[in-house]
Amino acid sequence: MQTKLKVDKAVKAILLVSASFSILIVISIFVFIFRSSLPAFKEFGIQGLLGELTWRPANGMYGILAMVVGSVMVTLMALVLGVPLAIAAAIFLAEIAPRGVQAVVRPAVQLLAGIPSVVYGLFGMVVLVPLVRRIPVTGNSGYGLLSAAIVLAVMILPTITSISEDAIRAVPRSYKEASLALGATHLQTIFQVLLPAAKSGIGAALILGIGRALGETMAMIMVIGNSVILPAPLDNNPLTVFLSQARTLTGNIAVEINYASGLHASALFATGVVLFVLIMLVNVSARAIIHRGNPSAG
Amino acid sequence: MNVPDITSTNAMNLAEKRSAADLRRRQAAQKLSFGLFWLGALVVILIMLVVVGYVFITGFKSINLQFLTTPPKGGLSGEGGISTTVITTLYLVGLILAISAPLGIGAAVFLIEYQGQTQSGGKFIRSLLQVVNFGVETLAGIPSIIFGLFGYALFVSTLKFGFSLLSAALAGACLVLPTIIRTTQEALLTVPVSLREGSLALGATRWQTISKVVLPAAIPGIITGIMLSVGRIISETAVFYVTLGGSYRLPKNLFSGGRTLSLHLFYLAMDTNAFEKAMGTGAVLIVSIILINLIIDLISRKLSAGVRLHQ
Amino acid sequence: MNAIKLETHSYSLYYGKFRALEDISIEIPEKQVTAIIGPSGCGKSTFLRTFNRMNDLIPGVRTEGQALLDGEDIFSMDVVALRQRVGMVFQKPNPFPKSIYDNVAYGPRVNGIREKNVLDEIVETSLRGAALWNEVKDNLGKSGLALSGGQQQRLCIARALAVKPSVILMDEPAASLDPIATQRIEELIRQLVEHYTIVIVTHNMQQAGRVSDYTAFFFTDESRTGRLVEFNLTRKIFTNPQDKRTEDYITGRFG
Ligand SMILES: Nc1ncnc2c1ncn2[C@@H]1O[C@H](COP(=O)(O)OP(=O)(O)O)[C@@H](O)[C@H]1O
Ligand SMILES: [Mg+2]
Repeated sequence: MQTKLKVDKAVKAILLVSASFSILIVISIFVFIFRSSLPAFKEFGIQGLLGELTWRPANGMYGILAMVVGSVMVTLMALVLGVPLAIAAAIFLAEIAPRGVQAVVRPAVQLLAGIPSVVYGLFGMVVLVPLVRRIPVTGNSGYGLLSAAIVLAVMILPTITSISEDAIRAVPRSYKEASLALGATHLQTIFQVLLPAAKSGIGAALILGIGRALGETMAMIMVIGNSVILPAPLDNNPLTVFLSQARTLTGNIAVEINYASGLHASALFATGVVLFVLIMLVNVSARAIIHRGNPSAG
Repeated sequence: MNVPDITSTNAMNLAEKRSAADLRRRQAAQKLSFGLFWLGALVVILIMLVVVGYVFITGFKSINLQFLTTPPKGGLSGEGGISTTVITTLYLVGLILAISAPLGIGAAVFLIEYQGQTQSGGKFIRSLLQVVNFGVETLAGIPSIIFGLFGYALFVSTLKFGFSLLSAALAGACLVLPTIIRTTQEALLTVPVSLREGSLALGATRWQTISKVVLPAAIPGIITGIMLSVGRIISETAVFYVTLGGSYRLPKNLFSGGRTLSLHLFYLAMDTNAFEKAMGTGAVLIVSIILINLIIDLISRKLSAGVRLHQ
Repeated sequence: MNAIKLETHSYSLYYGKFRALEDISIEIPEKQVTAIIGPSGCGKSTFLRTFNRMNDLIPGVRTEGQALLDGEDIFSMDVVALRQRVGMVFQKPNPFPKSIYDNVAYGPRVNGIREKNVLDEIVETSLRGAALWNEVKDNLGKSGLALSGGQQQRLCIARALAVKPSVILMDEPAASLDPIATQRIEELIRQLVEHYTIVIVTHNMQQAGRVSDYTAFFFTDESRTGRLVEFNLTRKIFTNPQDKRTEDYITGRFG
């Protein structure tokens, strides 16, 4: 009996240690990335890194503003392209599709979620970029925001669809019944009862989608062109800004870290910090917005 | 007290007239919108078919036994096959799971099974649980390039493991840890409390109960989590791009660098003009993902069948 | 006797292969309260949900026989139009997570009413009709979920009245309420019946005795298929049941 209890105690200690690992990793990530970024922050200050457009490590210039703009723009474009389709698919799966059709659409979404990002990147390079290049604008290489945003839109679609579908399904049945019993059509029930009630879940899906978009690395490197420039129209037509090349924060890190040293490396860690803060910012503000719009919840 | 006759006030009558006239319009709106929803679903399926179909059709052309069994030769033309990258991928999957599965399952067991324990150092455990849950949530939201950056800073540089299997495996383990913890937690939560109580009531210790009763019942869910992690490792590129080096030779030991399948695809796409070989590699990747999805489906179907039997 | 509002003829309902109701023929009079009583699981709710076709929501449901509203076949009607004529109050109060005002205005709004003054008037008259106006008139912006259970149920009744139905179906509307709230709902039912046809499911026989003019007794055996045993004036059912099973049930010999 004694040994049994001793074993119990020992096991508990071991499990406690394994549980502590996840928090240990979080702390180490913070510590290592922040610490490694300190030299760059000390040398240039937040203003010098975030306020400067020129990134030219050979000349000691480490402005990451262009990359911030690149990441934000491609993410916004991907949301514009992807979110309507993603939520439509979620509504379709949760409310409209007959069982048999669900059994076709859901695995398709699941498969889209599983395709590795390099495969999306490759598809973008081989199929999308040549298509986009056909748009007759001088300086349009096909590589750029538009191709990247299309790829990214497809990549975030499954995340947003499946979480939104769960959110819609989680709305109490009684709301739907009440609405239908009052003579609302199914469409009215979806838009006036189910979606408002699923709003915070759909919001969470969007936050996750944005996080994925901001964090996507390889596919972006493969199709966005990676030029460190502030995206700008290629000619008089302001819409050609979408054909501009760009570089994302993630791409900046991945492309250069393997051969960087000293301040250069530190500036790349600072890029990581900025990426991290950006994602946190999205999380916090999105949560605040969801809460404000939904006083009855929680 | 008498209830007023509300069935024939002006407003009510107006409402009735209006709704009769409005019904057609509402139903037309519903038809049209539902048509659009069907179209949306069709577009999603088409996207999937176009991406997968294109990769398969162009990729399968370059897939043959030789492609699968010879190592890449390097160089601009992307000569050779993918054999070493397949093996490196498997090495990495094995290593990462060897590190993250025990840690993740252990953490989940602790989080779920010791939740109710408040007698011995209750307050400490409770706050620890909160902190750990927060940690898991944070980890799950961190983009993979940050894990790569971390792995590069800690394992590659500070600990001087260099660009190596070891560095990549450690960074990859951090990446999949939240997946394993979460799926195991969910699996443990589905084990009925009565099973635990039954065992404890028979005089078994908590650990005996967990190892003999709870864990076996949760195995399918845990395997699902592990398969999800395998898929994640196979797909992941960013983390390994900055920790694994990229040599296409077979790693000799833990400290040699290497190249996974998806990393190989990236190098082929970016540094060579062997697009068909890149597509072939992509096709192999998608096939493995489909297989993994099938296994997960199979398990979850078994699981829900089991649940139905229990009820 | 009043005109017939609702009727079924040889009506049966199947959930997939399971027959939940068999061969039910009944004629429910207009502007009366008809109670449906019987042991739990005998198909009362299923039968009630026939009249606003709520069973359409459940996959695999199949029916045989006829169900009529004002002599028209319910199953060939437009289901949205049907539900405007036949309102429903559920067992658990289920206000939307919206304000009191928006809950009551929901029906008129989905029917295309936008004018503020019309909506205001409908909301007020409906809340008065449900005997809730005096309690909430100063708080119309408050969430419907913040009301007490009894108030929530009256809000749901007001919400149903706002669509101007001629029939109101109630599925154990007081089952989750305390005795005082229950009493208020029962009083309300007696007042509403001046203008509406009301069909109420209840497993509480005292309640059926208090509120209803007619009572239908449903019963089931090992087959679990529900059948209509007896339908008559409530006072007759309670004083002089024709069927042995009705008598046993009323005298408490069955659960
Ligand atoms: N959605 C459903 N699917 C299958 N069977 C159902 C469903 N709803 C009810 N039933 C079955 O139909 C029978 C009648 O149910 P119900 O109408 O709810 O009875 P009551 O309201 O009298 O308690 C029961 O045996 C019940 O199990
Ligand atoms: Mg019932």
